[in-house]
Amino acid sequence: MPTYLGMPAFPDAAKRAVADSQLRRNLTHATTAIRTKRAKAVAELDDWEQLRQAAKAIKDHTLANLGTYLIRLEENVTRAGGHVHWARDAAEANAIVANLVRQAGADKAVKVKSMATQETGLNEALEAQGTTVIETDLAELIVQLGDDRPSHILVPAIHRNRAEIGELFRRTMDDAPPGLTDDPPQLAAAARAHLRHEFLTARVGISGANFAVADTGSLVVVESEGNGRMCLTLPDTLISVVGIEKVLPSWRDLEVFLALLPRSSTAERMNPYTTIWSGVTPGDGPQDFHLVLLDNGRTDTLADRTGRQALRCIRCSACLNVCPVYERAGGHAYGSPYPGPIGAILSPQLRGVDSPIDASLPFASSLCGACYEVCPVAINIPEVLVEQRARVVESQKHYPERIVFSASGYVLRSPRRLAAAQRVASLGRLVAGRSGRIRRLPPPLSAWTDTRDAPVPPPESFRAWWARNRGAGR
Amino acid sequence: MSGAREEILARIRLATGEVAAPEETDAAYAALPRPYRRAHHDPSAADIVALFAERAADYRAVVERVPEDEVPGAVAAAVDSLPSVVVPDGLPGGWLAGLQPDVRLVRDEPPLSAAELDRIAGVVTGCAVAIAETGTIILDHGPGQGRRALTLVPDFHLVVVRAGQVAADIADALARLDPARPHTLISGPSATSDIELIRVEGVHGPRNLHILIGG
Repeated sequence: MPTYLGMPAFPDAAKRAVADSQLRRNLTHATTAIRTKRAKAVAELDDWEQLRQAAKAIKDHTLANLGTYLIRLEENVTRAGGHVHWARDAAEANAIVANLVRQAGADKAVKVKSMATQETGLNEALEAQGTTVIETDLAELIVQLGDDRPSHILVPAIHRNRAEIGELFRRTMDDAPPGLTDDPPQLAAAARAHLRHEFLTARVGISGANFAVADTGSLVVVESEGNGRMCLTLPDTLISVVGIEKVLPSWRDLEVFLALLPRSSTAERMNPYTTIWSGVTPGDGPQDFHLVLLDNGRTDTLADRTGRQALRCIRCSACLNVCPVYERAGGHAYGSPYPGPIGAILSPQLRGVDSPIDASLPFASSLCGACYEVCPVAINIPEVLVEQRARVVESQKHYPERIVFSASGYVLRSPRRLAAAQRVASLGRLVAGRSGRIRRLPPPLSAWTDTRDAPVPPPESFRAWWARNRGAGR
Repeated sequence: MSGAREEILARIRLATGEVAAPEETDAAYAALPRPYRRAHHDPSAADIVALFAERAADYRAVVERVPEDEVPGAVAAAVDSLPSVVVPDGLPGGWLAGLQPDVRLVRDEPPLSAAELDRIAGVVTGCAVAIAETGTIILDHGPGQGRRALTLVPDFHLVVVRAGQVAADIADALARLDPARPHTLISGPSATSDIELIRVEGVHGPRNLHILIGG
């Protein structure tokens, strides 16, 4: 997965985002609306908790028997006329897709939004070999036209409001209708007209999948706009890049996941369109179908008993919409295609904690637990975060807070050193603001105040007061 | 390439430990707890066809319910303003009996190109199953439904649902399908929530969905 070049640690990126009042207004507006709607859609099913527990059990069972189910999926996709490829990492997946596009003799491909190909940076890899990639999801189109980055799993352009999108379309879309306003239906119509020709002439389609059913070899793509149906139906060649954790044992399991996913993500009883296909159907849709099964760090995640539960994720994005940190910091601060609470546990597991951004992600949470509560597959995100924090701290001997704590141990062991430290601390009053809090201390103590305020020390410590008023001298 | 397959499977074995025999895995799967309800409405107690109509209309589809023998008249009225409609093989002939002569009927034979389909105003089909709980229509693209492109490219889709095709809930509907076939689940006209997370109808799929319930 790409770590965006030069990505600063979460606190630095978040600080910049929090200062952007337009971004915060856009995020608050969108997440507040969807939170209310989701709660209503979920409340409509009185057995929501039971569905959630069933989903968790199915996913855990699948992960515990992952090899068996992947082999079964491969057999059934192949039997239905599809071709199955395996990719250890992003580069291998991109190379397989690039090669298939070349074999199809195409110089462009239409693409329906997929997290797996975001993760592998497929578009950049294909562009490098001269293949034009056309993102067809409205939000992805907004991101692509604006040379921007996605900031939300479901709605990658959530950080843009209608006025910004209208301005972008008028500026970058050469076939934008004259007099195009900021009205969302007009913007959607402009996107329809803009992409129509591409759909009708496309020879290669690229997708991900929400689910892959082992016992029938069926792939499932859940969407709204119909761009998915276009990409999955009209081209001659279809290539689907799918993470190995997307497999479900049986057709029957869709009754659970199709109940959970739409209500959790767009707060609908059902999303407008779902396409399900098994291999190739003569005379209907692509006659050349390729499934690329992607590892890219998933087997490492699987090996971690606590962290493994992140692989249950069905990418609904409910955890983003309820997260107080996401709402304020926005998706870009997470430095990964997977933002929000799920990103904070998934990215460091898929990529390791070597970079500053990945080492900081487990701390990008107040551990309030709202994400766990809304998760349709009951991923205990706070539990994984806490464990990952411990791992980061162990891996970084000089972690600033570690220095603070070892220093305080040294001071507290000696009454003489404590008294001296308290006299020095009283001087801290000089840097306090009128609020009675210290917002920023000089380095190295800034490590503490970067993420929290420090209380102002009293003018005199209790020990000093005692010595003066009740001490041995009196 | 096979190197990648073997390596990924080996890494999975390392992560999950002992691999159970397929029969044991299947037995463990069969024993998984499924405490949820397979239907949220009892078809014998509730009018699930009415529920389907109500919920499909929530998505801003046009929904009509007529007695079975009035289907031809309702089909004719629904497509009356369209210059052309494509009709798939296997559509019950009677459904088109009331059509005005000025509506051009197009057959998908030989198969129409995407560009040709784009010049046709509408499509009339049946469906495989419908789901009351979610207001969803499911096409399995069998007789009377056409290949997938037929119900995708034209901007108007009239779908006739027979009352007996309405299942109470998702589980029942899925159980009626043949997984080997391609399927399209349709819940209202094409829509997007990509601008400010607000649902707007009408993007790439048919912008007009007309559901005619017969019976």
